[in-house]
Amino acid sequence: MISKQMLNIESHIKIAEDTFEVVLPLPDEIELKPGQFVHIALKGHMLRRPVSVADVDKEANTFTIIFKIFGEGTLALSKYRAGESLDVILPCGSFYPIENINVNHALIVGGGIGVPPLYYLGKQLKEKGVKVTSVLGFQSGSQVFYEDKFRALGDTFVATNDGSYGHKGFVTDIIKDLNKPIDYYFSCGPTPMLQAVTKQLEKEKGYISLEERMGCGVGTCYACVIPLRENPKQSKKICKDGPVFYANEVILS
Amino acid sequence: MSLAVQLPGLELKNPVMPASGCFGFGKEYSQFYDLDKLGAIIVKAATGEARYGNPTPRVAETESGMLNAIGLQNPGVETIVKEELPFLRPFHTPVIANVAGSTVEEYVYVAKTLNKSDDISALELNISCPNVKEGGVQFGTDPELAKEVTYKVKEASDYPVYVKLSPNVSNITAMAKAVADAGADGLSMINTLTGMQINLKQRKPIIANQTGGLSGPAIKPIAIRMIYEVKQALDIPIIGMGGIMTAEDVLEFLLAGANAVAVGTANFQNPLACPEIIQQLPETLKKYGFRSVEEAIGKGHEG
Ligand SMILES: Cc1cc2nc3c(=O)[nH]c(=O)nc-3n(C[C@H](O)[C@H](O)[C@H](O)COP(=O)(O)O)c2cc1C
Ligand code: FES
Repeated sequence: MISKQMLNIESHIKIAEDTFEVVLPLPDEIELKPGQFVHIALKGHMLRRPVSVADVDKEANTFTIIFKIFGEGTLALSKYRAGESLDVILPCGSFYPIENINVNHALIVGGGIGVPPLYYLGKQLKEKGVKVTSVLGFQSGSQVFYEDKFRALGDTFVATNDGSYGHKGFVTDIIKDLNKPIDYYFSCGPTPMLQAVTKQLEKEKGYISLEERMGCGVGTCYACVIPLRENPKQSKKICKDGPVFYANEVILS
Repeated sequence: MSLAVQLPGLELKNPVMPASGCFGFGKEYSQFYDLDKLGAIIVKAATGEARYGNPTPRVAETESGMLNAIGLQNPGVETIVKEELPFLRPFHTPVIANVAGSTVEEYVYVAKTLNKSDDISALELNISCPNVKEGGVQFGTDPELAKEVTYKVKEASDYPVYVKLSPNVSNITAMAKAVADAGADGLSMINTLTGMQINLKQRKPIIANQTGGLSGPAIKPIAIRMIYEVKQALDIPIIGMGGIMTAEDVLEFLLAGANAVAVGTANFQNPLACPEIIQQLPETLKKYGFRSVEEAIGKGHEG
């Protein structure tokens, strides 16, 4: 059940340019699933910031979030330190429904700050015995993170926009040359990337996870809606019905 | 200590209620606490038909507040009556429905449809939404139009009508008088103030609608001033709102002349904002020398 908790930061480290990894205790009786996010209040800010769950360590009873400095809120979050406490609403939103689907080979496609939730997903898929292939895109080599962790899950390919690391270009260039068959893809990243990926993989089954500026983060304010393909006059809420959607369910714009 | 307040059609166990548009239809926040704790609940706006609302981004944070341009997205009054309001039935908390529209006919249709529901106790007539292109806001800025729509909705409704005023006017008292003359049972004030925020990197407004309504602590002094002015000029019950975050803020609204208050944006920062404020209220009243909520109402006018 969703609740508001004060959590003491266990660690707070920089893992790439402008990119931070924060480990928080997982409160009793709270389950976080891949794709879900937590909604974080920051001192001096009116609105909370949504951040995806990047990993859960069931033994240590902790979970991990990863964020990149984009604006005032993430800048404020980057200045917290281990030992300080954070006001967090969790768990928020929908998750990748991997328990209900039959998948043997999963393709993971992540772009920039869309990469973190896919790590926790990939880990769970691997535990289920699913073959995982990951394609990760970043702006440049200085922003790459978690490459080794993804390698531990299966074949992993990295692209950078400026070519300073890995393949020069886009995730779609790599996907084009991949040895399919995959039976599901899972993607998260900036909208232009998601548009390109969902188009390229139109014939495949897939799930995507979305981001939007949020107000409440729990489904009351209608700040975060996305129109539906079958009827663009109807919409779903990214914070409550999402952030995970079936790839062809929504109109990306 | 008594926190109870009596208003037309509303017996409130305490004066604190969530504001329209900041609480949906109650379901989500009921996961965080028992809605019985609330004085009342004002639900999201209802229009004649379902509305999609504005393009996204629809919200932006500002210093001490936020901008929103939701555009009155809602499933339409019929669906609200059938599918949303029944959820609130088991709670011992009066529900106030927020009525919106683009034409007088639409307002009247929404009010009439709400007559079919036993799940509400009053209407809040929203003539002040700054975020929809046609209608809504001009009813809130032109005293003659405000008078007309209030009169027609009063005529159509079986419930008491609280008219929600827009702060985007130069003379708030004239607006208050106009709707009071048309038979409003009470006022609700204030709605959001039109504002804009520009992203430096993108060199364009952050909100897709360009302008949005400013809410939160940034607007509190304006709300207090407007309630104070109206209270000087008129004897009519007021539900006050605009930037309330604490029990001290509630007391300030009571002193200015509000009989009850609504809490909007604060819910987003803290889902427990309303129950925490209610819990703090007796101590705060006591600290400033009051023995009940009723005793504090309008007491800012005596100095
Ligand atoms: C996201 C959002 C949605 C709102 N939607 C409505 C609405 O549907 N109807 C309405 O009368 N007021 C609406 N309001 C205005 C609030 O009810 C309230 O009047 C205003 O926000 C000032 O109070 P606050 O500073 O406590 O938020 C909305 C405000 C926000 C922030
Ligand atoms: S952020 Fe409020 S409904 Fe999604």
